[in-house]
Amino acid sequence: MFRSACYTAATFLLVVLAGIMGALLIGGWPAFQKFGFSFFYSSVWDPSNDIYGAAGPIVGTLITAFLSLLMALPLAIGVAVFLVEFCPRILAQPIATVVDLLAGVPSIVYGMWGFFVFAPWFAAHVQLPISQSFDPESFWGKFFAGVPNGANVFTASVILAIMILPYMASIFRELFLSVPAAVREAAYGLGCTTFDVVKSVMIPFVQRGMVGGTMLGFGRALGETMAVTYVIGNAHGFPKSLFDSGATIASTIANEFGEATGLHQSALIAMGLVLFLMTFAVLALARALLNSQKI
Amino acid sequence: MSRSLQRRVANFIFTVGCWLATGIAVFFLALLFWTLFGKGFAGLSLDIFTKDATSTGDAGGLLNGILGSLIMCFLGMVFALMIGILAGTWLSEYSEGSKIGEAVRFLNDVLLSAPSILVGLAVSIYVYLVVNAMHAPQFTFSGLAGAAALGLLATPIVVRTTEDMLNLQPSALREAGVALGASRGLVVRQIIWRAAKTGLLTGGLLGFARISGETAPLLFTALGNPEHFHTLSDLIHPMSALPLLINTFVTQPGENAVAFAWTGALLVSLAVLSVNVIGRYLARGARQ
Repeated sequence: MFRSACYTAATFLLVVLAGIMGALLIGGWPAFQKFGFSFFYSSVWDPSNDIYGAAGPIVGTLITAFLSLLMALPLAIGVAVFLVEFCPRILAQPIATVVDLLAGVPSIVYGMWGFFVFAPWFAAHVQLPISQSFDPESFWGKFFAGVPNGANVFTASVILAIMILPYMASIFRELFLSVPAAVREAAYGLGCTTFDVVKSVMIPFVQRGMVGGTMLGFGRALGETMAVTYVIGNAHGFPKSLFDSGATIASTIANEFGEATGLHQSALIAMGLVLFLMTFAVLALARALLNSQKI
Repeated sequence: MSRSLQRRVANFIFTVGCWLATGIAVFFLALLFWTLFGKGFAGLSLDIFTKDATSTGDAGGLLNGILGSLIMCFLGMVFALMIGILAGTWLSEYSEGSKIGEAVRFLNDVLLSAPSILVGLAVSIYVYLVVNAMHAPQFTFSGLAGAAALGLLATPIVVRTTEDMLNLQPSALREAGVALGASRGLVVRQIIWRAAKTGLLTGGLLGFARISGETAPLLFTALGNPEHFHTLSDLIHPMSALPLLINTFVTQPGENAVAFAWTGALLVSLAVLSVNVIGRYLARGARQ
């Protein structure tokens, strides 16, 4: 009796996952049927004529997640190494706890801070000077083009990076701590500098786990909604420059699903399915790598 | 440059880099908290806890959001604890070597970080289908649907913690119970669960901390409501939540709305942080 109750609850989790996918498949089916493959490569998003292509938000999602990873990864490794190797012992535990706690701050708080504090500052003190210092027709001029209101792909990536940084740093720290002390000490005993130990002993030891942790951060950045929605500018179509406004799948759903009907609604759900499959693949790979590291 | 000098220079650059990385991270996060606490505390008053929010956020308080968040998180946690503890128990006690056990464990880990907006979206699709079949479109948005979405998000955390905590219990405990003639189920319920009860509570707290700040899954399920919860039947009507109010006020023009949004954000963050701290403290005790 009790055993089968437990078993039912466990299999219920499988049902939930299948149920989420099923719902997105049912809801998104009309859009897939209508637009076929062009749904994935067309960037036309025109609710007034009922034509939808998801390429813009898909690319926006990938770009912001990738850029945020690019910024957060070196910092997260730096923080983790600092906590394990350089930090005075009395401070290491409190700082690590704070980092862990920061990883749990609701994403809407990051989004708000980005919207009210970071984006205006960035527009006035970074974006404007940069775009003025280049000829608008030159390559760099085009690369940095955009409306100077601070709501663009780059700002969204920065906010995402700040959000996933504590999360990744916390995973990396645990990985580094799992390296046996004897191995590290042996390397130091051979005359290695801290850099040598980290580069040639610690990182190779936890390589797979680090790739897994990085992908976990990537997966979070892909599916994040509230930290992105306020600061990305919400424009469909491909972002044309680093400081151009864009959209991600999650931000588009959050902005439009409430008012959408018919095919528009279906297109949003279809986009949700794309996001689901992307994050599922990334997270599954991340978990497989992390589990093989056994921390 | 000699080899040893080269290595020392590389090490110096690396050391500076690590300090710098930590400095940058601490700087940004401190800045964020500075703003959050500064602006959040400025707007704190008794009205926040006694008056409902107006739709534009020009006056009033946050009572409807606070009540809504508490109710939906509570209901969601009841659901998550029931399913999660049973599922975690199965994984720890009964799944040894089974293929389904492996699959459940793996997919639970994936669900742990699935995008929350998709969970909300899926729940809202099912609610929509049911509501349409019953010809009752007025129930498309409800506190109950919001609670379901939150519960689904908290379940994987409870499963994970439960399994970890039960695995920590020594097998001698189980053997002793069985040797006395108790059935396996009785041993699990009367001995293992009891021994691990702090651990199980931890799972609940961590799950609660995760969902209490979630906005995205509530957007299309609970929707928001300018009135606060009065009677039980309000559960099947749209319900407000603190994160939903913040989301509305952020985009409102006017200083007051923004001030309310910051105060709401402070309350949510404090709730999440304090529950997390308690959960971690208990978990440390349970592990020893």
